[in-house]
Amino acid sequence: MLPAAPLHSRIDVLASLREALLAFVLALVVFGPVSGLMLSGYKVEPHWLRPLLLAAVVAAGRFAIHLLGQTPAGRRMVARNQARVHGGVTVAALGQSPNRARLLLVFVLLGAFVIPFLPWLPVPDALAALGGKYWLSNLILALIYVLLGLGLNIVVGLAGLLDLGFVAFYAVGAYFLALGAQYLGIGFWTALVCAPLLAACCGAVLGFPVLRMHGDYLAIVTLGFGEIIRLVLNNWLEFTGGPNGAPVPPPTLFGLEFTRTARQGGTPIHEFLGIEYNTNLKLVFTYLVLLVVVILMVRLLTRLRQIPMGRAWEALREDEIACRSLGINHVVVKLTAFMMGAMTGGLAGVFFATYQGFVNPTSFTFFESALILAIVVLGGLGSTVGVIIAALVLTLLPELLREFADFRVLAFGLLMVLMMIWRPRGLIRPQRPAFAPPQEVAR
Amino acid sequence: MSQQTRTPADAIPQPLLDVRGIDTFYGAIQALRGVSLHVSRGEIVTLIGANGAGKTTLLGSIFGNPRASVGSVSFDGEDITTLATHRIAPRGIALVPEGRHIFPAMTVEENLVMGTIPVGEAHLDEDRAQMFELFPRLQERRNQRAGTLSGGEQQMLAIARALMSRPQLILLDEPSLGLAPLVVRRIFEVLREIASLGKTIFLVEQNANHALKLADRAYVLVNGEIRLQGSGRELLADPEVRKAYLGGH
Repeated sequence: MLPAAPLHSRIDVLASLREALLAFVLALVVFGPVSGLMLSGYKVEPHWLRPLLLAAVVAAGRFAIHLLGQTPAGRRMVARNQARVHGGVTVAALGQSPNRARLLLVFVLLGAFVIPFLPWLPVPDALAALGGKYWLSNLILALIYVLLGLGLNIVVGLAGLLDLGFVAFYAVGAYFLALGAQYLGIGFWTALVCAPLLAACCGAVLGFPVLRMHGDYLAIVTLGFGEIIRLVLNNWLEFTGGPNGAPVPPPTLFGLEFTRTARQGGTPIHEFLGIEYNTNLKLVFTYLVLLVVVILMVRLLTRLRQIPMGRAWEALREDEIACRSLGINHVVVKLTAFMMGAMTGGLAGVFFATYQGFVNPTSFTFFESALILAIVVLGGLGSTVGVIIAALVLTLLPELLREFADFRVLAFGLLMVLMMIWRPRGLIRPQRPAFAPPQEVAR
Repeated sequence: MSQQTRTPADAIPQPLLDVRGIDTFYGAIQALRGVSLHVSRGEIVTLIGANGAGKTTLLGSIFGNPRASVGSVSFDGEDITTLATHRIAPRGIALVPEGRHIFPAMTVEENLVMGTIPVGEAHLDEDRAQMFELFPRLQERRNQRAGTLSGGEQQMLAIARALMSRPQLILLDEPSLGLAPLVVRRIFEVLREIASLGKTIFLVEQNANHALKLADRAYVLVNGEIRLQGSGRELLADPEVRKAYLGGH
């Protein structure tokens, strides 16, 4: 405990000594029986020096910490930590735009855009490998999960609707591109626009009857929906190709293709640009488009939270009765959240299909839904930054620890347990943009 | 101004809120039996009753949740019995729900903004300034999360949030619930101030003493039926009411 002394007070050594003495006594009580008594055979031998030594170390540590806590820097640190402990959601201070955070954001974005070009730049080999095929693929997958996490975050984190079948919308997006190319001859760009719309419609069709339910019931229905979509894809052989899956055409850019030879009637991009063919070109393209889409989604989400509809989502999560008495149509508000989430999931599906070049139902099992939910929970329900970090960690970490692949799910469970103990609200505490009053009221 | 409308001659032609013979069920259980009451413009009307008498159900039935299966509810001459719940607030009725139901993770200010949903944010500045005048404590805590307020302050916030929609009629469901006696007294003072602003108040209470002293007219609800009605003063003196609700002497 820090004494509530005025700012200019001198460091109180006596108080620190008192604290140290208290810590010493407590440490003795704890360590005395634990390390002071040694069992050898059937006899218990006392070792009094060891607990005394341990307690002395503890007391010295307490003394040092208490002294440091009284210096101005230490006091600031304590205050910061205490502020972090209290309460759940925090509200960002009004009109505060920390320059440091903005600078960091610029660096991260620049870095993200430079990564695919690293092999062409004069940088050390280790760094250039980051832009190589292996890491680029991983990054694309990570960004797809970022997109999925952001989508589910709207549904679970903001609107508070537990959706266990999110993977269904992901599948809708992916299969829309695959089957659309097969039957209607659509390409990547058409799918990029239409798939989210179709997924949103699926969200509405599912949402309308089930959104009257709450909590667990909703979770069960969405879980069922996710499985239904997967089973249909698996069993409707003549339309979807069943377990054999369906091929997805590689993406094009204004008729330019990323394959070695033109297959869709365009020009290969390496011929157009007059550079040597590189198998990475398709990945670089996918990565860049995906990155732009993710950035746009983050921007959209931030804006959404500031308009009345976004506020209504959060209000509905907090108190449905109050919302209805205030004239909020809870079904419509929930439906918009559900559709927005589904739309983002569909978008991610298009990128997944493009990235894989092939889709089949095994990519859309319940485990995927659980993984996406874990990303949202781990990142902090409602926190955009947290979800992005969690998605990157949960998809890139398994790649870094390939040798321990057998223990992946175990480690995953352990991570969840540890998170629940130390950071029950997720990596980053959700922070809502404060409502900016249109005009300052006279104080 | 409100004095004129309180005469019976004016009140009978068209009450602001008119509840006629409603029955409300929860599944097979009947919670309200032929309840009729009216609230005229500018009046303070209170409804007292014991736990489980159907007080909250009655307010719910006015808001269509649960919906009355027999009878009608009309507001300002319009039948609102079958109107969807979210369409009722924009008609000019505000509910201060039992147990306050503020948005705990939002700031005081944001809670007030949420209150403007039925009417839009056109009058936000003016109304918010008025609320801060009525509840100075809320102004002190405007940027604080509502969940960190004390019970009394939360109740004040719930009332202020309801007033932000510029309602003609305010329904209050046990505003004194779980509050210290001093705070309860303050709440009732505030209700009197609100009434003097020309708002009509329908107050549902267990705290019969305070409620009857405040009210122009009052109803007593027993087991889903209106048992007694009269002016606040009459009921306060009624031996039956004294015995049942005031720990009679």
